[in-house]
Amino acid sequence: MSVVTLTLDGRPVSAREGATLLEVCQESGVALPTLCHLDGLSDVGACRLCLVEVAGQRKLAAACVTQAQEGMEITTGSERLVRYRRQIVELLFAERNHVCAVCVANGHCDLQRLAASLGIDHVRYAYQHPALRLDASHPRFVADHDRCVLCTRCVRVCDEIEGAHTWDVAGRAAGCQVVTDLAAPWGESASCTGCGKCVQVCPTGALFEKEQAAGGMLSKHRDFLTYLKNAREKKEWLR
Amino acid sequence: MNREELEALAARRRAADGERWHRVSVCCGSGCHSMGAEQVLATLKGEVGAAGLTREVQVHASGCRGLCAAGTLVEVESGPADGAERHLYVGVDPEVAVRIAREHLVDGRPLSEHHADPSDPFFARQQRIVLESAGRIDPEDLESCLAAGAYAALEKAVSEMTPAEVLAEVTASGLRGRGGAGYPTGLKWSTVAKAAGDRKYVICNGDEGDPGAFMDRSVLDGDPHRVLEGMALAGYAVGAEQGYVYVRAEYPLAVKRLKIAIKQAERLQLLGNRIFDSGFNFRVDIRIGAGAFVCGEETALMASVEGKRGSPRPRPPWPAQRGLFGQPTLINNVETLANVPAIVRRGGAWFAGIGTAKSKGTKVFALAGKVRHTGLIEVPMGTTLREIIFEVGGGIPGGRAFKAAQTGGPSGGCIPASHLDLPVDYESLAAVGSIMGSGGLIVMDETSCMVDVARYFMGFCREESCGKCIPCRAGTVQMHELLGKIAAGRGELDDLGRLEELADLLGAASLCGLGQTAPNPVLSTLRHFKDEYLAHIEERRCPAGVCGAGARAEEVRA
Amino acid sequence: MSRKRFATVWLGGCSGCHMSFLDQDERLLELVAAADLVHSPVMDVKRYPEGVDVCLVEGAVANEEHLETLRAVRARTRILVAFGDCAVTGNVTALRNCLGGAREVLDRAYLELADVTPRIPCEPGLVPPLLDRVAPLHAHVPVDRFLPGCPPSADAIHAVLLELLELPAGTPPAAAPRFG
Repeated sequence: MSVVTLTLDGRPVSAREGATLLEVCQESGVALPTLCHLDGLSDVGACRLCLVEVAGQRKLAAACVTQAQEGMEITTGSERLVRYRRQIVELLFAERNHVCAVCVANGHCDLQRLAASLGIDHVRYAYQHPALRLDASHPRFVADHDRCVLCTRCVRVCDEIEGAHTWDVAGRAAGCQVVTDLAAPWGESASCTGCGKCVQVCPTGALFEKEQAAGGMLSKHRDFLTYLKNAREKKEWLR
Repeated sequence: MNREELEALAARRRAADGERWHRVSVCCGSGCHSMGAEQVLATLKGEVGAAGLTREVQVHASGCRGLCAAGTLVEVESGPADGAERHLYVGVDPEVAVRIAREHLVDGRPLSEHHADPSDPFFARQQRIVLESAGRIDPEDLESCLAAGAYAALEKAVSEMTPAEVLAEVTASGLRGRGGAGYPTGLKWSTVAKAAGDRKYVICNGDEGDPGAFMDRSVLDGDPHRVLEGMALAGYAVGAEQGYVYVRAEYPLAVKRLKIAIKQAERLQLLGNRIFDSGFNFRVDIRIGAGAFVCGEETALMASVEGKRGSPRPRPPWPAQRGLFGQPTLINNVETLANVPAIVRRGGAWFAGIGTAKSKGTKVFALAGKVRHTGLIEVPMGTTLREIIFEVGGGIPGGRAFKAAQTGGPSGGCIPASHLDLPVDYESLAAVGSIMGSGGLIVMDETSCMVDVARYFMGFCREESCGKCIPCRAGTVQMHELLGKIAAGRGELDDLGRLEELADLLGAASLCGLGQTAPNPVLSTLRHFKDEYLAHIEERRCPAGVCGAGARAEEVRA
Repeated sequence: MSRKRFATVWLGGCSGCHMSFLDQDERLLELVAAADLVHSPVMDVKRYPEGVDVCLVEGAVANEEHLETLRAVRARTRILVAFGDCAVTGNVTALRNCLGGAREVLDRAYLELADVTPRIPCEPGLVPPLLDRVAPLHAHVPVDRFLPGCPPSADAIHAVLLELLELPAGTPPAAAPRFG
């Protein structure tokens, strides 16, 4: 295994060749906010929260999809990066109806945690209050598009881990929505296996188990992702 | 097909054309098409047939001639091919067509009215490379294209030149991407040529989607063989055997003519296997886009060609490394590829002699907005905005004052009158906060409100965002609403700061070019026309009188 | 040094934030010993007084009376605190925005869902007209401090009040404030 060395926030660090900057940060104990990323799923670089500055590059790099290279100088927490992250999270809150108080994920939500960790105490952008529908047609699960941040974790886990590809994204711009099959009600989906992986990887209360009250959807279980990935790729069958 | 056969075919056609006393071409480009060119064509054919002159007079359709505002255009070329007498008629409807047929074609007395003046700067100031044949040839008739020199460059390349030599000519020409970014074409080609891969692909990006832009459309439906030839040359240079033309479904005429062109070219072995009896094979297929602006972005375009959702992915890997189906892929814009045959035929040095130090060749612009000659023009790089608008474009109608020129569509900016003498090239436009873009040029006069213009383009980006990354999907919504609030006379000074902060976010954090450039119209209007924003906010009035009605309506409701 | 004057106001919310305010329990006694509570729904003061140092405003702005009150509060208060999620985000009060404007909301509530005698209540001067959109406070007036939470914990409220009234700090709240 060859190794590259780079500078992370002024600190020299080494990384395995081919590692992403996000992995380098995680290994070096540098906290970088993420939303669309989830260990065990492919990366899409969509949420833009893990953007970092690379010296000598005009454009910011999404750490989850940028490979560490010899001699890179990375800055993860500049004033402007922090400002962008706050803006992005605020934009998400304004976009749909994230009413934490009545959300099943209240207290266990990645978005809510992100906001608190970035010190967001209010949203400066105009709330859009779109009229969205809730899909409760599945016998066990509910899709509440009011809480969806379009991270596509559900799309990827269903495609890459479960192999069903029930979920996908329909529409465009602010009208994007995750859909099951060809926008059929979830309960009528012929491809859904009912495995619930999408519910476990959902960062917010957009996908949840039925019969949950506000705050009732407790911490989600995501260790299955690394377990399955290690089993498949490294033939390691240990939990 | 070999060189002798190609030349014989072209010569035969030229001779046959020369035997006809009158050759009448009716512009059937998209502009004239929409003004009833088909009827004019049918009328002329009918009249010529009725007069029994089908042997002496040839009537055919042609691609766009550029003077779209004055359609339908009909050119009558009389006498031997060299030294022919030409008459260009403008504003031809079926009634005028009947007169042209009876008076000019039958009686030999050209009409005194409906004439375009060939010495008008609109014609005299243009230099046509990409549009060289459009307007003269019949795009659905391969022989007429061959007579005008089509595929001669491809023949020359595959029989006389190595791929490296073709690449060297393109590099020497200094050609840069006409899609807007201006990346050096030769460099792009050599990256793909060097890339290792089982297969390579050439993609022609015809997903032109800027409001007001119709350059690629006119090239595709006016001279499709030029684009196909450019693709084949690119394929030869980089080692690709498969090409795709990605064209939007909103361009049915371009799709139709491309289909015909590909079929015709394949029949004569100008495309397909063993082109010109060489070892070079190249196939071209069409992929029709479903009308998403973002599919003009190369990674989204490739996803769409692969049959996936057309949303962009982060680069690297660059298409040249891992592109279509994971293979090295060359993506060039229509106009870029349409320049290539001329470069190969006449040499890179010839091309490099046109234009400015860093921007070579010509640029096709779609002139739109408050300008007399709305239409399609091609001028050397470095021509000033003043020349383009006031000479070629004929100036502003109604004696009104020029306010700004918008280039680059939703990714570009507005250039104020103080920069009218700016030479149009990639760097100069960038220096004043706009971009070359693909060639849309919208002229605005004192009746245009710059806040409204910014709002319009932001609304466009808001609708066209693919929705994948948050800054673009949600940021364009907020920016559009802020601009709407200002336009409606409800803005506050703080809103300008909010706009700038969001513009910074979108520019720096968006995943692809759509979001990264979406703030440009706002930033450039804020830079050059801040007084108009302030008038909307502080005085609650729209200096151009565009947003006034909106503001009053808001007041009534409140 | 004169005693600080503080107030609380209740707009479009459920009063849960005020319940949490009362949950400061015996610490309330310390507060009123050190500063004057000059206006609050828990007191019988009709008019919002002048010269208030700190005011906690609960609830979103949902009708014209709220807007009027908020503007008066803003004009007469040095430090205005958006108190709880409805004031900060619109929260549950703003859920009605998805239905459309005031007209659609009233139709839905009083006509479409009425069991008997569907009729939109109309008592001019008594029932304040709804605004078309429910909005958080900062959509209408500048806000100096945001205290999110549904409701904010009594500890968080107490800590913020001590800080803003420039009183000796007590125990800071265990958790950072968050929405919900």
